[in-house]
Amino acid sequence: MGARPLTYRNRELFYLGVVGVLTGIGFASVYIARQAVVSWGSLGYALFFLALYLAAHLVARMTVPNADPYLLPMAGLLSAVGVTEIYRLGPSDAFKQGLWIVIGVALFALTLFKLRRDYRVLEQVKYLFGISAIVLLFLPRLPGLGTTVNGARLWVHIGAFTFQPGELAKICLIVFIAAYLREKREVLAQGRAKDVGPLLVIWGGTMLVLVSSNDLGSGLLYFGIFLAMLYIATARLSFVVAGMALFAVGGVGAYEKIGHVHERVTIWLHPWTTQKVFCPPTGGLALRQDCESYQLVKSLYSIGNGGFGGAGLGKGTFTTTDGHALIPFVNSDFIYSALAQELGLVGVAALLLVFMLFVARGMKIALQADDGFSKLLAAGLTFGFAFQTFIIVGGVLRIIPLTGITLPFVSYGGSSVVANFVLLAGLLLVSDRANA
Amino acid sequence: MNRQISRIALLSLLLLSALIVATTYWQVWASPGLAARQDNAIQRVAQFTIKRGLIYASDGTTVLAANTTKKEGGQTLYFRRYPTHGFASQVLGYSTQGRSRAGIERQENAYLTASNANLGTIWDKFGERLKGSTIKGNNLVLNLRVNAQKIAETALRGRCGAAVVLNPKTGAVYVMASSPSYDPNQIESPNGFAKILHSPGACPGSSSALLDRATQGLYAPGSTFKTVTTAAALDSGVFTVKSRFDDPGYCEEYGQRVSNALNPDQTAESYGNVSFLEAYQHSINAVFCNIGKALGAKRVLDKAKDFGFYSKPPLELPSNEVAASGLYDFKKGALYDQANRVDPGRLAFGQEHLLTTPLQMALVAAGVANNGTIMQPHLVKEVRGPSGGLVTRVHAQAWKHAMKPATAAILNQFMQAVVAGGTGRAAAIPGIKVAGKTGTAETGQSHVYTAWFIFFAPADNPQVAGAVVLEHQLNGFGGSVSAPIAKQLMQAILPAASKG
Repeated sequence: MGARPLTYRNRELFYLGVVGVLTGIGFASVYIARQAVVSWGSLGYALFFLALYLAAHLVARMTVPNADPYLLPMAGLLSAVGVTEIYRLGPSDAFKQGLWIVIGVALFALTLFKLRRDYRVLEQVKYLFGISAIVLLFLPRLPGLGTTVNGARLWVHIGAFTFQPGELAKICLIVFIAAYLREKREVLAQGRAKDVGPLLVIWGGTMLVLVSSNDLGSGLLYFGIFLAMLYIATARLSFVVAGMALFAVGGVGAYEKIGHVHERVTIWLHPWTTQKVFCPPTGGLALRQDCESYQLVKSLYSIGNGGFGGAGLGKGTFTTTDGHALIPFVNSDFIYSALAQELGLVGVAALLLVFMLFVARGMKIALQADDGFSKLLAAGLTFGFAFQTFIIVGGVLRIIPLTGITLPFVSYGGSSVVANFVLLAGLLLVSDRANA
Repeated sequence: MNRQISRIALLSLLLLSALIVATTYWQVWASPGLAARQDNAIQRVAQFTIKRGLIYASDGTTVLAANTTKKEGGQTLYFRRYPTHGFASQVLGYSTQGRSRAGIERQENAYLTASNANLGTIWDKFGERLKGSTIKGNNLVLNLRVNAQKIAETALRGRCGAAVVLNPKTGAVYVMASSPSYDPNQIESPNGFAKILHSPGACPGSSSALLDRATQGLYAPGSTFKTVTTAAALDSGVFTVKSRFDDPGYCEEYGQRVSNALNPDQTAESYGNVSFLEAYQHSINAVFCNIGKALGAKRVLDKAKDFGFYSKPPLELPSNEVAASGLYDFKKGALYDQANRVDPGRLAFGQEHLLTTPLQMALVAAGVANNGTIMQPHLVKEVRGPSGGLVTRVHAQAWKHAMKPATAAILNQFMQAVVAGGTGRAAAIPGIKVAGKTGTAETGQSHVYTAWFIFFAPADNPQVAGAVVLEHQLNGFGGSVSAPIAKQLMQAILPAASKG
């Protein structure tokens, strides 16, 4: 057994080297394509990220020597792709994103060091996590602290520093559900109502916060994670069916009663109109593609423009001939359409394959883990990762109504990056234990 | 728990695979449809990084559409400039940032931006992409003749109307003019589009200079339609060239009298017993009214369809810039095709609900000139690569078989008689056999007419065919106002030796 841990981490190191080279090529392409606006210093980014990931690698070497060697390089690749595209869209945002990745890696290291002996201590403080999740979600509702962006009140504002606590709340919630289900899964499987109580309370509280803050994407995400984990713990498909039925009723009700939901669904079903319709933001009449569905339609044009091979990094079109932005929120909610335009079907299909590999590795960890909490934790984190990807990219691609949520590791957004690094740390901890 | 985890894992991977499928749909399957959408600003802007192909007149040297460059955000952008300032503006159209595209600029966008599927172009573009250099579009050479087009535009200036001249044997469009016109360079200037849209026109009612009256203007054809009625009469065998008619000066329909055109003393003209040729030559409404009643509206409409009515002529213009001719429901503004809803007598001499485009009437003349076969009209002569190599050349193709060759030969004689000694004498050119037909359609206002002339020449070996129409002519008749313009156009295009 002496040689294996070394092999695992060395493999990780090798793949990080590959990712470093790819990042270098990415920044070089942007540099070549946009020499007039971008300087040689951009290549410094590639070196900086390589150094950052090497640091993360050293931490992993010290704390989780037996963990899966592919997750860290894949996370590195995804965030490098994200930063490259964010850099291409606006160099100043890339600098901020870089700082967030530093914080993310720091928290990654902190999580690993803190929990390297046995992360299962978390089980004992599960209610703390459940309550933290709700508190985190409530923070933006507090007057003087919260900020409303794009119709949803999701941000916490402290000085010049904004943060979306919902992303961390997701991880707290998964830890709570995993611990709770591990304890109660046998009785739950028998279907005794009183055991479901605390679970429903925590979950109901979360949903209430989400609906009241207009954050439908996260609502759907939490609901999906909850159902998936419940199914894994109890093996009762009837719970899933009942949950989906509840969701359907709630969905129809929301569509009828909540204007924001109604609007999202209408945009999804009929983004283009041939006749002018009422346009709420202006109060006048306009074609829907010039009004409510402007973002979605412009994003689809961006994807369509990429075609099979893409325009090439740095060669895509994101501004008008006067230099105005064509797609609002292109580097957060719509980063996928930017990538689709520049990398083409070939590029984004490869990117999605990386997401799929990440999910496959995460699920493998869940399968290999030998206690219920670890299994539920790894599966919950991985499913959350996969489902979040589906919700945002599926929304952009008009498979489901579009809701604003970030693409893990890729989108611009500090809280998302930080939360995903913590998620990665969690998976590595479970993996290390399973392989030890 | 592992069974459930495997299932959830499978579900997760299926969800992510669905994303790949959906991306494939948008990037491969739906991509052309998205690119064609008018509000696709990305597509529009992206295409400004392409050095758009030039558009030339038929001489291959007169540039109708060129480029100016602008540096923005580190890349060179190419914008359109139209050095001829309004030459054939509705045909050329425009390619601008704000208003997207129209005309040939829109329809032939693929060639102009080198996104056409010709192998040579694909290869060249691949090379340019690899080198990272600017993609250069293909150049278009049109059939439009600079000299004749200018004559048409000068003659139409200050009036509302259109002129179309084409080669009846090949379909090459030599002249396509519409008045009022505009300078496409103005569209991009501040409020330029609104200025063009609201500029006071030369004619009452709809006066938009953006409308291509040659392909979209819908007018009652008046007596020029007697050409189609005659073809129906002869092709059906109901009448022959030897048929004779009595003209009492009017024709009775549903118990009401439909009179001929008036003499100067306000009495209806009356010719007595006439031959078919004389009835056509003098454009006698009473005779054609009776022919229409004898044939029935359905036969006349079916013949009109043989000439291309009810379909859009296949021209290199966007489909919404070409109108189909036929019976129109004025209230709905839409085509209808029910022979029982029309009065056959008035249909036969081109009134009723019949509306046609100048292009369609030019094609009627071209059909007679070309032994009954109407060729596909085409504006583009050839497409040349950025370095001058030929990409593709447009070949002559038949569009409609309008009538029997024998019928065309008879109509050829009839139309010559119109110019030699009938209503179209103003189009006569010494030394050349000119064939034509006048039309003076009522507009609903008294003494205000739509004045038509359709023509071809030389009648024994036709080189040009066409139509001229002028709107809102106060006491202006096809023979008096439109025929002289037609004469100028024929003289401009026919070989110099034949100019009289």
